[in-house]
Amino acid sequence: MHAHSQAQALVIVAHGSHLNPDASNPTYAHADTIRDAGAFDEVREAFWKEEPHFREVIRTLESEEIYVVPLFISEGYFTEQVIPRELRLEEWDPERWDSDGTDASQATLEATDVGKRVHYCGPVGTHNAMSDVIVQRAESVTGDSDVGDGFGLAVVGHGTERNANSAKAIEYHADRIRETGRFDEVQALFMDEEPEVDDVTDFFESDDVVVVPLFVADGYHTQEDIPEDMGLTDDYRTGWDVPATVDGTRIWYAGAVGTEALMADVVLERAADAGADVDAAIDEVRERTGGTSTETESERHVTGD
Amino acid sequence: MTGHADEGEDTDADASADTNTNASANTNANADLVDTLLEHADREPIAFDGLRLEATDDGYTVATPAGERTGLSERDLREALADETDDVSEYVTNWYYWQQVGGEGTARRAFLRWCERAPVEDTPGDESETEGTDEGRSETARTVPDRYEPLTDDGLEREWGQLSITVRLADSDGTSPGDRVYDVRHVEDRKADLADLEIHDRPRDARDLTTADERGRYRPLKTAPTLVSGWAFTGLAGDDLVDTVEFVYPATVANWHREQRGNLDVDHWLETAERQTGIYDVVDELPREAVEWMAEACCVDSQCLRRREWEYEEDDDLSVDGGDGPFPCREPCSLVIAAARKWAILETEEERTWEFELTTSEKNQLEALLDAVADGRVDEIREADVNRGANRYRARYLRAKRVDDEGNLCGVDSSVDSDS
Repeated sequence: MHAHSQAQALVIVAHGSHLNPDASNPTYAHADTIRDAGAFDEVREAFWKEEPHFREVIRTLESEEIYVVPLFISEGYFTEQVIPRELRLEEWDPERWDSDGTDASQATLEATDVGKRVHYCGPVGTHNAMSDVIVQRAESVTGDSDVGDGFGLAVVGHGTERNANSAKAIEYHADRIRETGRFDEVQALFMDEEPEVDDVTDFFESDDVVVVPLFVADGYHTQEDIPEDMGLTDDYRTGWDVPATVDGTRIWYAGAVGTEALMADVVLERAADAGADVDAAIDEVRERTGGTSTETESERHVTGD
Repeated sequence: MTGHADEGEDTDADASADTNTNASANTNANADLVDTLLEHADREPIAFDGLRLEATDDGYTVATPAGERTGLSERDLREALADETDDVSEYVTNWYYWQQVGGEGTARRAFLRWCERAPVEDTPGDESETEGTDEGRSETARTVPDRYEPLTDDGLEREWGQLSITVRLADSDGTSPGDRVYDVRHVEDRKADLADLEIHDRPRDARDLTTADERGRYRPLKTAPTLVSGWAFTGLAGDDLVDTVEFVYPATVANWHREQRGNLDVDHWLETAERQTGIYDVVDELPREAVEWMAEACCVDSQCLRRREWEYEEDDDLSVDGGDGPFPCREPCSLVIAAARKWAILETEEERTWEFELTTSEKNQLEALLDAVADGRVDEIREADVNRGANRYRARYLRAKRVDDEGNLCGVDSSVDSDS
């Protein structure tokens, strides 16, 4: 892409993997959606474990205005320490986000290796629009665009006793979706802290429960751990039914929310909040990824967007 | 985009079938070109790749290394420029193409110029040589006529890692005079018939081509010398060429360009290691000599096409050769850091004296096994080639004879303090 002087670039930063070639698929898919919408002069993916590395991505861009959106679920070690350090945002301090764990919007800093302005955005996982993606995930796994009545919704996160923000992001969306009243019950559950996803059926009275893991990519946790922990299957390699019945409850297990096409919209919303000129692209991407359904729009309204 | 109207055009189509259409299209395109040129010259003199064009009170002055003409009226000039047999024509279309490419001072432009051996623009007064040429040979930059002859014929080729990049003048409908198109293949497919290759024209397709090696194993290191062959990108515009290279070998163009300009920001081992936090906090404890072994294990040409420019620290070089790749490695990559963590932990173990009963051939066989794994030759050893120590039957025999049910070599218990 040929950049002119006031050109803008988007960099989606993600973890990636040395071992699993599929870990970066959602990152590439969302980047391609945004490329095709044409809102940015340049769109790049960058990774902690793949290439280009965070360390070397900014120098590949010609644009002067650079929007960096972390494809991470919560504010924590990666978004507050690793990414800003590796991007050489030397003036960075987590205080610049002025967040209590779910409020980060953006901070404008200089990448010192290239002397360019970088708008460092909060992670996709804590953006309000992420609630829409979780609901859309529930719609796609049940094949019902009106899913809600008679259904419970479990939003599942990794959780870690080491960082309270990890759970906050999950609870934040569970609360927002609960407030819409769309589902009979909404509960945040975790792998590594209470309340645990292992006991999923204990937390719901509904006969049907949609389980949406708030993870960026499918991998060990979403495809092995969680299905076995919930009792969907004894051995992940043999797969599981959707829905699968556990203790008399039908569990609709969705797979990582980060693979939902509408995630591209959350990435764009993050960049827009930081001042990127992407309004037309947001409309196009929402349309293309199924994000313009009446339900979603009204829900956005109800939840204060 | 840079205004290539022919994106996605099949440049391999037989252009001669369309001669009339092309001729009139080219006439129009030529008129546009000359308009642009004159507008530019009226604003400021042009001096580019040997072409000089200046508007003076006595008319235009146009000069190439072949000669100078002065006092030309606009009409004289238009006639001279419209004459394709006039060498000025090449200089002008060359100027026009690079105007379209734009991006003065960018890595993209420098790379596209390197592809056709055009003089380096960033070092005025030193246009005699381009640096970083194939196989480390210094090579004289070419003049416009010296480029145009091959560009109109088979094209000019460059190697970039395992990529072979060929640039030609576009000859298809809808292109502007001087437009270049770029083809990319695996170096091993240089002579292959295009019909035998899988054809692509979208840069992002390169991601799928680079994900796995020929045995289908994931390639976490993009610059590993294990790129699969059997594909070709054809008729790419310059921007798309650079994007394609960027997907195959991320950030190599940017770092190469920095090196060309003498401002490659190398981060040596120690500063990179000390920067690490979390589970990688330990890597700076890797002993000095272990860093040598690590570089020998991971950072040589047989394992990675990047040329290692980082050392142990400033003024403390590693003894291992950094390699001959065209693009530099400016700091230890994430794979090296992840492996260094493992070695940093392993190197904290105390050395011990072990006693194993082996025949001389068995000791030799263990060394052969180590070599075969380290050199990635395990699969080359034939099923029945029992003369090779790393043959599977030989390895199974040794295990049956010398390893007990707990996996201990010669029954020597090592479960106490091992972490491997």
